[in-house]
This record gives sequence, C-alpha cells and structure tokens, in this order.
Amino acid sequence: MKKLLSVQQLSKFFGEQLACDDIGFDLYEGEVLAIVGESGSGKTTLLRCLAGLLPPNHGRILYHGKDGRQVDIVLASEAVRRNLLRTEWGFVHQDARDGLRMGVSAGANIGERLMAIGDRHYGHIRSSAEQWLGRVDIPISRIDDSPWTYSGGMRQRLQISRNLVTAPRLMLMDEPTGGLDVSVQARLLDLMRGLVRDLGLAVILVTHDLAVARLLSSRMIVMQNGRVVEQGLTDQILEDPQQPYSQLLVSSVLQV
Amino acid sequence: MSSASYNFAYLSEQTKRMIRRALLKAIAIPGYQVPFASREMPMPYGWGTGGVQVTAAILVPEDVLKVIDQGADDTTNAVSLRSFFVKTAGIATTEATAEATVIQTRHRIPEAPLTENQILVFQVPIPEPLRFLEPRETETRKMHALEEYGVMHVKLYEDIAKLGQVATTYAYPAKVAGRYVFDPSPIPKFDNPKLDHNPALQLFGAGREKRVYAIPPYTSVQSLDFEDHPFEIQKWDHTCALCGSDDSFLDEIITDDKGGHMFVCSDTDHCRATQEQK
Amino acid sequence: MPQAVSIQNLQKEFILHNQGGTRIPVFSGLETEIGVGESVAIVGQSGQGKSSLLKLIFGTYQATSGSINVLHQGAIFNVVAAAPHEILSLRRSTIGYVTQFLRCIPRVAAEDVVAEPLRDRGMALDEARNEARELLSRVNIPERLWHLPPMTFSGGEQQRVNIARGFAAHFPLLLLDEPTASLDAENRARVMTLIEDARARGSTIIGVFHHADERHRVCDREIDIGQQAK
Repeated sequence: MKKLLSVQQLSKFFGEQLACDDIGFDLYEGEVLAIVGESGSGKTTLLRCLAGLLPPNHGRILYHGKDGRQVDIVLASEAVRRNLLRTEWGFVHQDARDGLRMGVSAGANIGERLMAIGDRHYGHIRSSAEQWLGRVDIPISRIDDSPWTYSGGMRQRLQISRNLVTAPRLMLMDEPTGGLDVSVQARLLDLMRGLVRDLGLAVILVTHDLAVARLLSSRMIVMQNGRVVEQGLTDQILEDPQQPYSQLLVSSVLQV
Repeated sequence: MSSASYNFAYLSEQTKRMIRRALLKAIAIPGYQVPFASREMPMPYGWGTGGVQVTAAILVPEDVLKVIDQGADDTTNAVSLRSFFVKTAGIATTEATAEATVIQTRHRIPEAPLTENQILVFQVPIPEPLRFLEPRETETRKMHALEEYGVMHVKLYEDIAKLGQVATTYAYPAKVAGRYVFDPSPIPKFDNPKLDHNPALQLFGAGREKRVYAIPPYTSVQSLDFEDHPFEIQKWDHTCALCGSDDSFLDEIITDDKGGHMFVCSDTDHCRATQEQK
Repeated sequence: MPQAVSIQNLQKEFILHNQGGTRIPVFSGLETEIGVGESVAIVGQSGQGKSSLLKLIFGTYQATSGSINVLHQGAIFNVVAAAPHEILSLRRSTIGYVTQFLRCIPRVAAEDVVAEPLRDRGMALDEARNEARELLSRVNIPERLWHLPPMTFSGGEQQRVNIARGFAAHFPLLLLDEPTASLDAENRARVMTLIEDARARGSTIIGVFHHADERHRVCDREIDIGQQAK
C-alpha cells in the first residue's frame, strides 16, 4: 500500500491558545483513520489544517499526489491547495449546507467539479451526475431538485457524491453522521464503507462517536486538549486502550 | 460652449489622470475589473455615473460624442447625459454612429460596425459576473485570480436542466482573451458577437461598484456555452416596421390599448439610416 | 521451514489507570510455535488468557513485551512491533479472525454482511452474494432471513452469520474464538465441517474451543497456556 499523507509535528495556535500541538501520523491508501476526542480536543482544527483551510503555525503535511509528486500542503500556494480540494481530495462538512450549493439543483452540485476542471459537454455532465446519484442511493428523479427539498441524510449523501465525482484519493470528513437519525446514520456508514472499498479511498474522519469510529475506521487517533494521547488500530484502542485518557474515554461510552 | 465654472468634462485633471491610469491597466489586462476611486457625480448611482466618469476622463475638445440609452438617442437619460457633456465640455455631439468618436451607451451596442477611430463606453450596474452565485467579494476576487469559473457553467447547466436552454438573454457572460470571464453589462446577448474582435476600443465603467474594465481592439470575446448547447443569438419572426431591417435588434412597441403592437429597431440611428437608403 | 506463528517470551498485563494503576496480569513468558497447516487448540483455565492470546496475534491487544512472528506473504512479521498499516495488511490477506460476537453495521442484510470479506477482496456484488448465500445455507440460516439485518436475529443465528462471514474468504491463518459457544449440537457440527474445509485448503488454525470433542475433531494438538507460560 502506498503512503498517501505524512503529517509531521503539526501545531496550530490561536494567539496564546493551543489548538493542536505536535501532531504526527502517516496515512496509507485505503485506510480509514478516525480522529476522536471530546469537544475542544482540537480534532476539527486538525482536520481543517490538513485540508489547507487553516494555516498551521508549525509542521508539515506531505501529500503524495496522483502524479507521484510530493506536495507540502503548508507551503503550497493557495491555487494548488484549492485545486487539490476540488480534484484529488474531498471535504465533507458536518452540516451538508456548508458543503453544497443550496441554490442550485443536485445535478448542478455534482456536476460543478467536472465543470471546474473543464468539462464543457452538458450531456456528459448530466449523465455523470445521474451515475453518482445512483451510487449514493439517491433516486435519479431528484436530479433537478434543490437540496432544500432533500432530507438531512440525503443532503449528506449528495455532499459525498459531489466530492466523489473527480475520483479523489483522500476524503476528509467532519462528523459526517452528526445530527442524523440513527437509522440514517447506519445507511450512511454502510455507504461509506462500500465506497471506501470500491474506490480505494483513504479517509480521515473526525468524530466524537466511538461507535461510528468502530464501524468505519481501521485506525484511530485519540486527542485531548490539542495533543495526541494514543494512536493505533481502532479495535486495539477500543479493546485494549493503553493511556489513561483513552481508557476513560472508552469506558465512558454508553452501552445500548 | 462650456460653462466657465466647470473644468473640462466636469472632473478635475487629477481625477481624470487617476481614471486614465485605471483604464490603461484595464486595457493591459483585458476583462479584468480594475478598482478606481469613483467620484460623486451630479447624478445618483444607478444613472450611469461609471460610464460618465470614463467618458469624462477620455474626452478631448475635438471629440464628437453620441449618447444612447437602449439604442435610442432621444430618451430622457440619453438627452440628459448628452447635455451634461455639452455643458461641461462643450464638445460636438451627434446621433449618427458613423460620425461619433466616443459613444456612451446603456444596454446596447450600435448596429453599425465600429471603426478603429471610435471608443465605446458602456454603463455597467454590476461588474461582477460571479456575484449571483458568490456574494463574497473576497471569494470572487480569488476565483478570478485562480481562474475558477466552474460556477459560471453551473448557472448555464441549471438553465438547461430547468428550461431546456440557457435562459440568460442579457448580460450574458463571456471569456475575454481566453482568460477573464466578464459581464458585458446588460446588453442583449444579441449584441455579444459584436464584442468579439471589434476594431473599436470598448471601455466599461461601474460608478457605484467603483470598477472599470476594458476590451482592447481586436480582442477575442467568447460567450460561455456548452459543446452540445452552443451560444445562440435572438431571432425575430418580424422585420422592422419602419425600415424593414431583418438583422437588427427589435423592440416591441405597444401602439394602442387594444393590444396593437409593432416591432421596431431598437437602434434609432440605424433605423433612420436604413430608411434613408431606401 | 518458517512457522506460521512463532511466539517468544510473550507477556500481557492490563494496567487500569483510572483505578489507581491496578495491574491485571494475564500471562508472561509464553513461548510456542505453530507450523503451517497445523490446527491447534488453545486450552487452559478460565482467565489464563486463551482469548487474549488470539487477540494478541491479531493485533487487537497490545503485548506488554515479547514477540509474535507471523508468516505473511513469504516474510516474517512481528505483530508486536509492526506499524498499524502493516497489521492491516496482515489482516487483509493472511490472518482471519472469527470472534465470539457478531459486530456489524446495523440495517445491512445478512447476505451482505457475509459477502463483505469477498467484496473486500474485489469480488463482484452478485458473485459475492451467491457465495454468501451458500455459506448461510451451510450454517443453516434459512433463505427467508438472508435479506434481513442480523441484529434482529437470535443469539445463535447471529453467531452463525458471524461464522459464515469468518469463513467467506480464504485466510492462510485462521483464529477462532469460541466459534460454537451459543450453538446447539447440530449447528456445532456444521461449523466443524467449515473448519475442516478450511484445513483442507491449507489454512493454519488456532482456536479456542469450549468442547473437548470439537478439539478432538478438528485439531492436531493442544497448547496449554498454563504450561507454555510461566
């Protein structure tokens, strides 16, 4: 498996306030990495730094691109970062409204990335949109509907498909199942599992829900107060946590 | 005769210099919106202050000025602006397109082909073609800088998906010199082909938004479209009721209370000239 | 001839930090070797670490010290020292693990739960489902249940779905943790047949079996944790 991402000594401060400190990990193709922690642990800040949406104060984020070249996201120009986020990377927001153009149809939402990379054939764009709607189990008849008419779960699936249309290699997800009904969550998790497998995606997933991390991720990073407390295989951290905070976190989960 | 109390063409010389510098920059970067320090003018925003400032900055005493509004020289606005320049600059004016050296226009390009000796000044309300989909100025500037124009085609896609064709009939966005996407001001899409490789210099002024942009002579201007839905101009089933022209932009005029109507050239000078030829 | 699994001086203890650092030792000094194609039963008293040993081999538990060397695609990997992505690679193609309890995404049909390991290996949906259905038949899950989510099934049925999933894809090394715990005699026999088929395919089996007759039926020998550890 090829290495996709190498994060080294990543730190982000807001003035004096530490958000995340000295974060380091590697990500390989096909891996799903969950970053878990409570509110204020710094996990969302970390994700936004990884996506190039926030400039870190220190550290490197080395991405191994499709063309084999290595790019340091921290040092790259904004043009390079924005382009990556539209092509080889995807970003799924917790609230689908932040990741969609609510004012245009579902089909336009999915087609936008294709149009952004130069696709100028309406018929082709539309059929790609239909294909991707089908992939995330949204009825094709809804292609011209506005996302305002979609349910929360459907919006989230639309957001995912909007990101997938350019065949990204890495997806960053911020609490993608947050705020959804449990039954809708289950469907979404199953969809993501399937997509990860079928598309060979690597995923970095921020969540506070250990059950979601358990079902979706193969590796996990536990964060507390901006620092990495423990990292390893998901099942290992959940069944044999080594650090005091990890043990506390795992034992705090309510059993249904 | 100009009024003795006004500087030539109303604006101070320093102001004209500032605007000309902005215009030179605009000409050097075709289609790029150049900010400028828009002045208080003796007409409110929304009444052509941008176009007036551009015209004022470039006028010389030898110029012959034509002012049209929706193609007509005799509407209230056209008349007002023309007399403004007579009062403040004392230049000669004309209604004949061929005789003008500077043509200020609102919402039309004259039918008569222009020459290298002419400058066309457009009045622009909203200079930013991306504004309808992206309200943030910080974001639209980045999109232009990084050539992120996918969202323009999103709008066209939406139209085709909902209406079967592109619904935009005026202010139709186009790409200038293969680089910047621009808003040609609310001219009908019928006029878009005239923007392309026009021998005249085309200048655009937006007073309220404080931007100028330009298309130098003989510059490529390509209206946005899809390969399978190419750009098309409007067509009418009628010819002009006055001059018989079948290739000019026609206005529909209601003639009575019983629904009577007629189709007439929007460009009054073109209509007159065609009639005289007959 | 490299061993399928070779364990040296393995120690495992739990430290409960939130209970004043209480230490719970499981075992220490464990040494044993299992050859390729062997079928071995782990035996010992309750609490001596039979399940723990399987979890240590699979990487779910982290060893306190020692080494666990596993043969993987012709090379030897020490699970104790391996990086997470290496262990994931081991789990993808070499080590399979059948747990005691079914854990899966809710609201997914039983036939899709079982098909998943095959889909992970790249098999097409229809083919994977067909194989899954065959396996479900073999563990006596009737057709009417195939498209239902297994979380609605009885304990025994869930376990049989779990087993079907565990045997869906071929693994050179198979770890079985009380696979027949909640099954009646007839179903236990069916599971034994599945294990025998895996053996026939050349898999190395390491299992914890509750019943002696099972051990006698499918295993070559026993490893007594109490004796192999100090």
